[in-house]
Amino acid sequence: MSARDRILAKLKQKMPPTAPALPDVAAWYASHRQAENTADKLVRFRNCIEFAHAETYSVSRGGWLQKLYEVLSAKQIDKLLVAPATRHGARAQAELPALGIACPAYEQPIEAWKPAMFRETPASFTAARAAIAETGTLILWPDADEPRLMSLVPPVHIVLLDSATLYNTFHEAMSAEGWKDGLPTNSLLISGPSKTADIQQTMAYGAHGPKELIVLMIEENPQ
Amino acid sequence: MSAPQTPHALHFMPSEGFRARSKAVVDNPFLRQSFRGAMDFLMSKRATQFSDPEELESLRSLGEGIRQYNLARLPILLEQLETNLTRNGIKVHWAETPDEANAIILGLCRQHSAKLMVKGKSMVSEEIELNHAAEAAGIDALESDMGEYIVQLAGEKPSHIIMPAIHKTKQEIAQLFADKVEGVDYTDNVDALIQIGRNVLRRKFQEADIGLSGVNFAVAETGTLCLVENEGNGRMCTTAPAVHIAVTGIEKVVEKLEHVPPLLSLLTRSATGQNISTYFNMISGPRRPGEKDGPQEVHLVLLDNGRSQAYADEQLRKTLQCIRCGACMNHCPVYTRIGGHAYGTTYPGPIGKIVSPHMLGLEATAGLVTASSLCGACGEVCPVKIPIPELLIRLREEAFTEPHANPAMRGQGAGYSRLMTSIWKAWAAVYRSPMLYGMATWLGSRFSSLVPSRQGAWTSVRVPLKPAGKRLRDMLRERG
Repeated sequence: MSARDRILAKLKQKMPPTAPALPDVAAWYASHRQAENTADKLVRFRNCIEFAHAETYSVSRGGWLQKLYEVLSAKQIDKLLVAPATRHGARAQAELPALGIACPAYEQPIEAWKPAMFRETPASFTAARAAIAETGTLILWPDADEPRLMSLVPPVHIVLLDSATLYNTFHEAMSAEGWKDGLPTNSLLISGPSKTADIQQTMAYGAHGPKELIVLMIEENPQ
Repeated sequence: MSAPQTPHALHFMPSEGFRARSKAVVDNPFLRQSFRGAMDFLMSKRATQFSDPEELESLRSLGEGIRQYNLARLPILLEQLETNLTRNGIKVHWAETPDEANAIILGLCRQHSAKLMVKGKSMVSEEIELNHAAEAAGIDALESDMGEYIVQLAGEKPSHIIMPAIHKTKQEIAQLFADKVEGVDYTDNVDALIQIGRNVLRRKFQEADIGLSGVNFAVAETGTLCLVENEGNGRMCTTAPAVHIAVTGIEKVVEKLEHVPPLLSLLTRSATGQNISTYFNMISGPRRPGEKDGPQEVHLVLLDNGRSQAYADEQLRKTLQCIRCGACMNHCPVYTRIGGHAYGTTYPGPIGKIVSPHMLGLEATAGLVTASSLCGACGEVCPVKIPIPELLIRLREEAFTEPHANPAMRGQGAGYSRLMTSIWKAWAAVYRSPMLYGMATWLGSRFSSLVPSRQGAWTSVRVPLKPAGKRLRDMLRERG
């Protein structure tokens, strides 16, 4: 008998004959979390993620590239990792190099360029799939175009978020998008730059991941 | 504190030394201050998150319901989890003991000729003493959570399950880095210290052959491993190396993906007072064709190590509801005074006292369950309503009653003493019978001068107990 079979046999022998009722998670959220309108969700999202030390900017659907350029210039960053197979990545790659910002792509599997990714990539630019207002959280589903390490290794991570995709809660996001029927190999919730309070409860940013997280929020009527 | 000082030589210390270790901490004002300050900080952060008592109570009830529902179906869910993980390309391994788990992990290391394994925070890897086993096998196992990295450099074990280096001041860490990290000068600037750790560990993330992590929730219906963290080292360990090995206890499985949001909310708010952690990482498979990063292989090691013993008893099963937030230790008056190392077990504090006896047997842990004032704070703050004080009383019974056939636990009766049991039986008899009680107090009042002046632990900080010269009943009789 294998370890597996022995463990399962022990558990099955003592398994209670009936399980308690399946808890009604949806009902709890319905009675404890409000469904807010987009403007209120935006305020909540922004307050939470700024509290976690992220920078946010309101941008228009056409005007985000200008803000992206301003942010990079202000931080004196002249190189941005982009995903040219996406619309936002293609636009960045088409327009930023003329303004003095190189836009390399994640072309090779990581094994082919790990040292360059870790040492020579000061910033990256990806989109968020959606976001969560309750906790100020970005939802990212890395894929072949925007791989997992793009949102982790570069010290500055800039994210484009369409505020039409804001959900009230994590529970609402997974229910509305039917996540239980299929998740990608890696899905992420990101709620600020990397941080730690492991030394004497003193908060320090940029523990292992990005030191700065910048969110460009596309709004229909940006301030 | 008698923690062995050589790196990796970090074995479990049995509870015989518990009193001596506790006394050493209580006598050390710096450690007392570190723990008191940190616990006050964590308690107030948690309180800020739960400002609405109705919301807290209903969310705790939901969390308890979810954990109990899933535990009631545990073997079925483990099979479902295995099926769906396997379908997703994640290989599942099972281990009954720490030795089996280490053998599986080190076997995978050998298969890949691994020299360096980077580790995300995993209390189960501490439980199986993986670092020790890896060292013996010639594999470098490097902790990458900042707190874990610090305690590993110092040759110590974590003193808290969420904040491993909570017992250290920044000056101690500054000195440690200056002594142990090549090319580093003394600085006690926290940002600078974190940068030093970041630079060292970023090199290691690139070189490592294997990344090891724990698991916070394993979702059966989707075949997903979920990890909660703030630093990003967990994502590094599970993304950068070619092989990812996750190790977890069998109790961490939930059936539905929608069980995760309430538990995640309870976990981060109870643990560190954050409304959510910086990263919540959901892994549902290795790199697929076309993807450019992520591990080529993902493995999950499911560990029993005494959990099935707790499962077998309806009351003790509640121990397995735990989501490892550490709130019970943050609110424990005993933990706050003696810190995490004194316990000698991987899991300290109230949760450690109720879970360790299943892992190590009551022979080695009987003393721990007595180190509680039963004030109830742990049970009150537990986000999934584990009745910790009740379980402590149950474990005291298991440890100190006469050994009997078919015990519910390994080491039942390990603390049993015939003399002590006889004394309490006599005490009970005296208090049940007015005649015996009268005789006993009469003898006490007549011969009070014979009572010894040194009465063990009692007189170490108090004046000795002496029966009064006159009994209450005698005084009342005199008054008429």
